[in-house]
Amino acid sequence: MCLAIPGKLVELSNENGLKMGIVDVNGSKTRACLEYVPEIQLGQYTIVHAGFALKIIDEEDAAESLKLWQELIESGAFQPDEPDREPPTFESL
Amino acid sequence: MKYIDEYRDPELARKLLDEIRRTATRHWTIMEICGGQTHSIMRNGFDQLLPDTIELVHGPGCPVCVTPLESIERALLVAARKEVIFTSFGDMLRVPGSAKDLFMVRSEGGDVRILFSPLDALQIARDNPSKEVVFFAVGFETTAPANAMAVWQAAREGIKNFSVLVSQVMVPPAMRAILSSPANRVQGFLAAGHVCAVMGYEEYEPVAREFHVPIVPTGFEPVDLLAGILKTVELLEEGRAEVVNRYGRVVSREGNLVAQKIISEVFEVTDRQWRGIGLIPGSGLSLREAYSHYDAEKKFDVSHICASESPLCMSGSVLQGVLKPDGCPAFARECTPEHPLGATMVSSEGACAAYYNYHRNFAL
Amino acid sequence: MTVLPLCPTPIMQHETVQMAHGAGGRLSQSLMQRVFMPHIHNSYLDLLDDQAKLDLPPGMVAFTTDSYVVSPIFFPGGTIGELAVNGTVNDLAVGGARPLYLSAGFIIEEGFSLAELETIVISMAEAARKAGVMIVTGDTKVVGKGQCDKLFINTSGIGIVREGVNLSCRNLHPGDSIILSGTVGDHGMAIMTSREGLSFQSRIKSDCAALSGMIAAMLDVAPAIHAMRDPTRGGVAATLNELAVSSNVGISINETTIPVKAEVRGACELLGIDPLHVANEGKLVVAVAAVDAAKVLEVMRSFAEGRDAVIIGSVVNLHPGMVVMRTAFGSQRIIDLPLGEQLPRIC
Repeated sequence: MCLAIPGKLVELSNENGLKMGIVDVNGSKTRACLEYVPEIQLGQYTIVHAGFALKIIDEEDAAESLKLWQELIESGAFQPDEPDREPPTFESL
Repeated sequence: MKYIDEYRDPELARKLLDEIRRTATRHWTIMEICGGQTHSIMRNGFDQLLPDTIELVHGPGCPVCVTPLESIERALLVAARKEVIFTSFGDMLRVPGSAKDLFMVRSEGGDVRILFSPLDALQIARDNPSKEVVFFAVGFETTAPANAMAVWQAAREGIKNFSVLVSQVMVPPAMRAILSSPANRVQGFLAAGHVCAVMGYEEYEPVAREFHVPIVPTGFEPVDLLAGILKTVELLEEGRAEVVNRYGRVVSREGNLVAQKIISEVFEVTDRQWRGIGLIPGSGLSLREAYSHYDAEKKFDVSHICASESPLCMSGSVLQGVLKPDGCPAFARECTPEHPLGATMVSSEGACAAYYNYHRNFAL
Repeated sequence: MTVLPLCPTPIMQHETVQMAHGAGGRLSQSLMQRVFMPHIHNSYLDLLDDQAKLDLPPGMVAFTTDSYVVSPIFFPGGTIGELAVNGTVNDLAVGGARPLYLSAGFIIEEGFSLAELETIVISMAEAARKAGVMIVTGDTKVVGKGQCDKLFINTSGIGIVREGVNLSCRNLHPGDSIILSGTVGDHGMAIMTSREGLSFQSRIKSDCAALSGMIAAMLDVAPAIHAMRDPTRGGVAATLNELAVSSNVGISINETTIPVKAEVRGACELLGIDPLHVANEGKLVVAVAAVDAAKVLEVMRSFAEGRDAVIIGSVVNLHPGMVVMRTAFGSQRIIDLPLGEQLPRIC
């Protein structure tokens, strides 16, 4: 359920008394209602569902979790116990 | 794409898969609540890549799938009226009622339009004052803020020719229903990340305690999903029935308070029928009395319309994680996306459709 | 002074198409003279006969027809007119034919702007010139308001099949390479994001183009190419499925090789649509023996239409009639035919 895609706020506007904006996803832009993220600033990322921004993406948390995972990879903490399995082939499925 | 591509890194996914394999010492059955997660799992073939110890069962989190037949029948009746412009998310147009879907109503002359946002329906209402504009307000908690805002704004502007056909449902009551069933096999949950973006995850804490299951709010990208599964397996292995958030960039414990406020301003909790499952007490939202003149069921007098489902379809068991789609005798035989017996085969993210689209040969 | 009563003469200069423009009388003639003939003329059409009498070079004749009902009729990267020329040219070219002549039938909604009609005719003439074909016969009909959506165009085309070429969707052999000429989904997403009501803005341009020049050059270096298709409606997914079913072979493709423009990816994510299911109007899917793949690819990349050409997979001895994709994660999934219309979804 609930496709919600992260995009960057690139324009602010007001329509019929509602705080609205344009959110850019990889160069394609969509109009979104910003009433639920009143503190959002231009340049911030938000997830958009059904034309509504629902949450400003927590950049700190995102960077932290990615860093954590990256460190785990680099430190070799994620070591497979068994040799890499060959990816399944069509017949074996 | 920022905040998407990082979470599709095959290398990171492989490491997480290895870690899941290493962590799981016994068989665990985990349900992903959300149809979007089911879709992502099947699309990326994680069911093939996860160790045999991890069984994923697919939950009821697809609004298209669980919208009851009677709501569809009511929508079809309203959409066929001459004075009505019927608006809906694209997802609902192919969902069959007993005899028709919204596409067929359109082909018979009904004015049925696909929208991306419920606010667009309000604009159509402003532009067409002589028409009645109806929006099919389906969805889980994620979509509730959008639907609620359309009604709230209509009231604020005094727009009279607008109404909504509400079929809003909520996740926690459905989880309780699944966990209370004697047939339940689910030992841990991936909670739906975008539902939690709105509602937070505090309301899952009593569920985790009462039923002794770990619940992990999880995102939708491959790495998010695997990180969610890994955390669930860790909690299961350690015997911890806790709620641990694995979608921190989007989900907080309290959720979006502004959105919650408008939801409860416009909607109140009600009992609701789920297609394939039946009545779940307190699992739905309906318009409050103050907004009842925006209720399309009342405006067009269709609330008495009832409908019963095909007895052949086993989607109820699928939606509760008791039966896997390919365990249904009709799967990919009598029941296909072209001729769906039930809604789980209709929606592209219904569990049956996801199995059919990506893996049907593995079953046949 | 007496003023003589003047008989009201019918209005002859219109800004919009009237029913009378399609009635065969003076207005029909004026439509031809004002809108069509200044832009499209050749020795066949200028005779104004009811038919074009054509001298065809020797060889097997390829003949095709297609109707164009796209909405909006002006979209980023093209018009319904360019689409009507290029689409039919491509349908001939993918069969190994050199496109020569086209017919064009116009069904016009009463009230449609004559200036817009002329713009479309000009775009058709230019597309025909680029593709090296002549529009040799045509027809216009006007229908009442609401009986069609602005403008529908049908084009039929005739071409001559090259000697020694045998292109057919039944010709795929295990071991063949599958080449895709460039990025997927450009046309469909350009159309979808330019439609009203979806609150979208994008700079996505349709890939609408004639492929006959590139195809001729490909056949020059590799006359034994097994099959070609232009993946229009249903996208690359539908085309690959048709090829797999017709030849009763399996096709295996790699997810990471499929080129998708950044903006198209963004729009597809927003709308919940798989780029492989989205229509293209200037792309080519090619099945060719692996030994010939490199030289075909090199030729394709020397054309603007094939600059991003890439091998996306191969024909396999497994799963006959089915297309299977290896994902970026090493798993496999079926690439199925899309089910009808692509709908933006929320879930």
